[in-house]
Amino acid sequence: MGNYLLRRLIVAVPSLLGISLILFVLLALAPGDPFGELASNPNIPPEVREALRVKFGMDDPILVRYLHWLVAMLHGDWGFSFASRINVDTLILQRIPTTLYVVGTSQLLALAVALPIGVYAAMRPYSLFDQIANTFAFIGFSLPTFFTGLLLILIFSVNLGWLPFVYRTDIHATGWQWYWEYIKQAIMPIAVLGLFQAASYTRYIRSAVLDVIKLDYVTTARAKGIGERKVILKHVVRNALIPVVTLVALQMPSVFGGAIITEQIFRIPGIGSLLISAILANDTPVIMAVTFVFACLVVLFNLLADIIYGWLDPRISFS
Amino acid sequence: MVGLTHASPSVEAVAEPARRERRFTPGGEALRRFRRHRLAAASVVVLVLLALAILVGPTLWPVPINDIDFTARLAPPSWEHPFGTDDLGQDLLARMIYGGRISLAVGFAAMAVGLFAGIVIGAIAGVSKGPVDAALMWVTDLFLSLPQLPLLLLVIYLFRDGLKNLVGPEGGTFILIVLVIGGFRWMSVARLVRAQFLSLREKEFVEAARALGASKLRLVVRHILPNALGPVIVAGTIDVAAAIIAESTLSFLGLGFPPDIPTWGRLLFDAKDYLDIAPHWALFAGGAIFLTVIAINFIGDGLRDALDPRKVM
Repeated sequence: MGNYLLRRLIVAVPSLLGISLILFVLLALAPGDPFGELASNPNIPPEVREALRVKFGMDDPILVRYLHWLVAMLHGDWGFSFASRINVDTLILQRIPTTLYVVGTSQLLALAVALPIGVYAAMRPYSLFDQIANTFAFIGFSLPTFFTGLLLILIFSVNLGWLPFVYRTDIHATGWQWYWEYIKQAIMPIAVLGLFQAASYTRYIRSAVLDVIKLDYVTTARAKGIGERKVILKHVVRNALIPVVTLVALQMPSVFGGAIITEQIFRIPGIGSLLISAILANDTPVIMAVTFVFACLVVLFNLLADIIYGWLDPRISFS
Repeated sequence: MVGLTHASPSVEAVAEPARRERRFTPGGEALRRFRRHRLAAASVVVLVLLALAILVGPTLWPVPINDIDFTARLAPPSWEHPFGTDDLGQDLLARMIYGGRISLAVGFAAMAVGLFAGIVIGAIAGVSKGPVDAALMWVTDLFLSLPQLPLLLLVIYLFRDGLKNLVGPEGGTFILIVLVIGGFRWMSVARLVRAQFLSLREKEFVEAARALGASKLRLVVRHILPNALGPVIVAGTIDVAAAIIAESTLSFLGLGFPPDIPTWGRLLFDAKDYLDIAPHWALFAGGAIFLTVIAINFIGDGLRDALDPRKVM
């Protein structure tokens, strides 16, 4: 097992390096010189500008610049936010728990919705239930998250007045009241993100169960007289879920994309809304760092999925 | 007559003596299968109607998109303004027609970019063996694990001004958005094409062509590629929907087209602050995105059924 873990970790390193290379190349190719402002400023003599360029290594070969940048990123030296006037890493560390909380809960909700529906639809393929579930799944992933978010706000905040539509970190309440307020404000964002993912997960789970349910060992289990419920839960679903782990991991980029939109709509103070506000404020260090953090999160979750996959599927050898 | 098909061909043969032999071409068969997917067939009608409305709309509804009328601010739908007006009293129907052109154009252009890149990369990987294949597939997997929306935003942030100065605000943004969205959507196509190539290149008909002395390029273009296109067409259809959503997302975040160009996402972005007094504004724009995307997704589903000859219907 340790060996397997190590191998997976070694595979993850080149993809992180690849992502960092892509980010750096984008930054290097982008028009506009960070010293452009100095160049147009008549008060700064050309010699000073040249000295500054040499000091910051602007004229070094591109490979040297990439290595310097990479070392700084790995040290956690992500620069200084122009807009917020604090270090970028502190800023991101403040914001990241909220994002992980919203994304994690919505994924749990998505699986809680998709699992029973997908399994039940696959037990009765082409039945009325299956067709209705399929149609709803199509509607679910054709409704963009920004539109569902606005629809929910329109229904539950504007018309019914049940839920708040702005996510607040400073709730003026104590005890149970505080928890209630906290849960109430998270309902809509989590529902938007969770139901969108649930739509595609339902289809994955349905087809994964369909692949398994006709196999011989399931027939054997039925022939032995085990109840249908037990056959499905113990023999079919457990095996069908193995490929679903990978599919969920492949969805991670779009999950974090959805998180950015949801955070922006409901004004959740996570790293997604940080990214948008940084872009609107031209705050380059924050933009680069947040994008890199999102990439790391995706790689991390893929790694996690690989490990779970190896743990779930005994056919994968650890040697 | 085509819609009325019997359970088995033999029944038909008995009922209709073999005077008029039905010819089965691959295309005709696919069309027959496609029509049996009722939602997909209905979606084609919806999409054609939408496209027609967008194309001939301006001649039937010749209201300028930037005609400001403060007496009719945020007016709900009426005979004068079928879709209502926005906060400056501009006619929403006219703006939606204009925005639809951009949304659909972006969707199809980005699909073309993604499909082209995917086919080229997948074909190269599928034909060559060894390190080239491995390297290309590593890049594909790398792109698949990139966080797309943050990178999309980053690229647009970094390059927006440069291209704007080069080609003008509208054209520059269009080119940038199409290239970027297409550039993040080729991976699944590349994988599909490569997988198809790997199995097809060992088939007898390819070997026969090779034995007759066909060049590698001819083998790929004439023999392998046409047989690999089925799943690629399906993926391309789904990509149009994904590209439309991606463009609307960018506009919705305020980072797509310039503010004076009313794409559907931009309309939603502007409408979100008036949800309480003018819900029609958001509902029409969002509804249009939803209708287009779901129609395209259903068509993709129908095509998947129609183009997979192994599938029993």
